[in-house]
Amino acid sequence: MTVVSTQSDVENLTFTIVAEFPAPPSRVWQVWADPRQLERWWGPPTWPATFTDHELTVGGTAAYVMTGPEGEKAHGWWRFTAVEEPTRLEFEDGFADEHGTPAADLPVTTARVELQETDGGTRMTVRSRFPSTEAMEQMVAMGMAEGMQQAMGQIDELLLAGV
Amino acid sequence: MVVYQLGQESVDRIFAALADATRRDIVTRVMAGESSVSALARNYEMSFAAVQKHVAVLERARLVSKERRGREQIVRGDVGTVRAAARLLGELEELWRARIGRIDDLLAAPGGDAR
Repeated sequence: MTVVSTQSDVENLTFTIVAEFPAPPSRVWQVWADPRQLERWWGPPTWPATFTDHELTVGGTAAYVMTGPEGEKAHGWWRFTAVEEPTRLEFEDGFADEHGTPAADLPVTTARVELQETDGGTRMTVRSRFPSTEAMEQMVAMGMAEGMQQAMGQIDELLLAGV
Repeated sequence: MVVYQLGQESVDRIFAALADATRRDIVTRVMAGESSVSALARNYEMSFAAVQKHVAVLERARLVSKERRGREQIVRGDVGTVRAAARLLGELEELWRARIGRIDDLLAAPGGDAR
């Protein structure tokens, strides 16, 4: 497993995951910077993401749509707030309507990606921060839409131990 | 999905209840074994009334249940609700673990650099 650690912080409404990859930061940066690569991992095989816009500059936006097995569409948008190739990327992540217009009434999460060079490659830290518990649930709802429900029992135990 | 079964209001109450260190500590203690409010109160540098208030918040979020036994109020943890709250974060973890796995595959794929 390349996932080094994960941390859920209920008090500060953050979720952090740390992973290591056997590739230099310049290469790992591309999986975020190149929309064609991004769409190969952002959504799962059952809900693939298509990025229709991806302007990687501070203040620039990205737009994507995820398509479900029944043809359902889930739209999302990003707005980049920090772009420091190849070490740091920050963006806001929100929901959009069917025209790709940001949904004003739905919560926006902020993501911070840090890429650090290590001996064998890159250590990537992704921290998601939620403005409210509702936002956290929205994010999870997206995750559920994407069909992520494996290993529940195991994770239950893990997180229960930390409560 | 468990979270939806709980409903939005419940989820908000659960996280608000768990956003306090004393209340998390109370939940941890009563999950390990039931305890009276007065026994709980001895663990904290605050008044009995203050601890009672914390217990009431946890009770409303259904993280604990309270029962009167003689002169004592006995508090015990509600395993189902605590698990549901943990699961909410667990699902987020699954989402990201799967994404990391796909990045791994992408980086390992032949010609991955060329894309």
